[in-house]
Amino acid sequence: MRIGILALQGAFAEHEAMLSGLGATVFEIRQPKDLTKSMDGMVIPGGESTVMGKLLRDLDMLADVQAMIRRGLPTFGTCAGLILLAKRIEGDDIVHLGTMDIVAKRNAYGRQLGSFDTEKPFNGIGNIPMTFIRAPYIVSCGDKAEVLATCDGRIVAARQDNQLVTAFHPELTTDTSVHRFFLEKVCK
Amino acid sequence: MSANRYELNKNLAQMLKGGVIMDVTTPEQAKIAEAAGACAVMALERIPADIRAAGGVARMSDPKMIKGIQQAVSIPVMAKCRIGHFAEAQILQAIEIDYIDESEVLSPADDKYHIDKTQFDVPFVCGAKDLGEALRRISEGAAMIRTRGEPGTGDVVQAVRHMRMMQSQIRRLSSMSKDELYQAAKDLQVDYALVQYVAEHGKLPVVNFAAGGVATPADAALMMQLGAEGVFVGSGIFKSGNPEKRAAAIVKAVTNFNDHKMLAELSEDLGEAMVGINEQEIALLMAERGK
Repeated sequence: MRIGILALQGAFAEHEAMLSGLGATVFEIRQPKDLTKSMDGMVIPGGESTVMGKLLRDLDMLADVQAMIRRGLPTFGTCAGLILLAKRIEGDDIVHLGTMDIVAKRNAYGRQLGSFDTEKPFNGIGNIPMTFIRAPYIVSCGDKAEVLATCDGRIVAARQDNQLVTAFHPELTTDTSVHRFFLEKVCK
Repeated sequence: MSANRYELNKNLAQMLKGGVIMDVTTPEQAKIAEAAGACAVMALERIPADIRAAGGVARMSDPKMIKGIQQAVSIPVMAKCRIGHFAEAQILQAIEIDYIDESEVLSPADDKYHIDKTQFDVPFVCGAKDLGEALRRISEGAAMIRTRGEPGTGDVVQAVRHMRMMQSQIRRLSSMSKDELYQAAKDLQVDYALVQYVAEHGKLPVVNFAAGGVATPADAALMMQLGAEGVFVGSGIFKSGNPEKRAAAIVKAVTNFNDHKMLAELSEDLGEAMVGINEQEIALLMAERGK
């Protein structure tokens, strides 16, 4: 399976390592020409959503990525990736890809002192470690999106058909189950 | 600081990778930096070039000024404290700064000891000229490393020297046998465990950025190709003719640091770069502060 990893900024190397460990072939997406390569799925990593959103626009990639997701490309967004995919960002007029029917709240747990680790159940997988770094959460999911995990009453993972998002960073832990879920259940 | 908190702090630096951290002195500049694609901003009263010009003792910035910048942007905000000045660091932690830079750009407060960073919950970034310095700072609790460069000069020569030195020392460790590694740990004055990590992984256990003298997209691309995981740009942006354009060009250069054609386009028509001073022309080498 070939997975393209958006490598404009942020923690893309960790996704690459985890997915190659699971047997996928990975490559980095840094420019429009990288989007023409064949892929079975795409990862939008953690980092700063303002930076990635700006680079997607400046490098003329936003519309193409959006179209590929709308056409059904399996896509996994973590943290900033979740914010980029959200249809609306609370308290902000900007929408980046906007392909997923969720409302995201940025820096929802405050500054770095609010970053934390926990262990919570993930639908269909069981308890998994979750690392939240200046993380967002999902304020609300539309009808088409399914909640996959919550943490203290907040939605922190969801799926809508070909799109999977987590507010936390499974790529920063040694637990590969969410990436396996993406490859086996979303990309299949 | 718990082990768990240290991991979270190292992980925040992972999120900054492939990004540009920009020095800003006002909320307006912070907004320009954020809009240009900065992954974080460094809040300080005077940029290094002005600190150098003004002379005298340079201290932590006014917390009120830092708070103004925290309110202006949604990206992480960093601030500098003097080397060894743990009380300044305590103040920065109290205003919930996202990262503290224990920085040689300010006047050192302690000529012998660095801050015991393990006593803090907020993360620290520290400068290093070589592998020994980097690992000593990490053993004191630094969650991110940057080269020391020579701030406020617009001369990239020192950042290059430090990055090359670190990378070559890392490569040397990677080729050593176990008994040689024990001696290397003694020579570098650091824990064996840290030396072993570097030898095994071929990299530092924390993120390593370039800092000091980066003034153009080409400088940023140079540092990335030499192995930096991101760059700090201090005086280079707001001391130049067109800060917005230059900042955005440096951000794109860091993402596509290997695409020479794109770098050529990014380098076009940026207006005047900061004037800069050559290393030999300066009286005060800040990179020599606190080793």
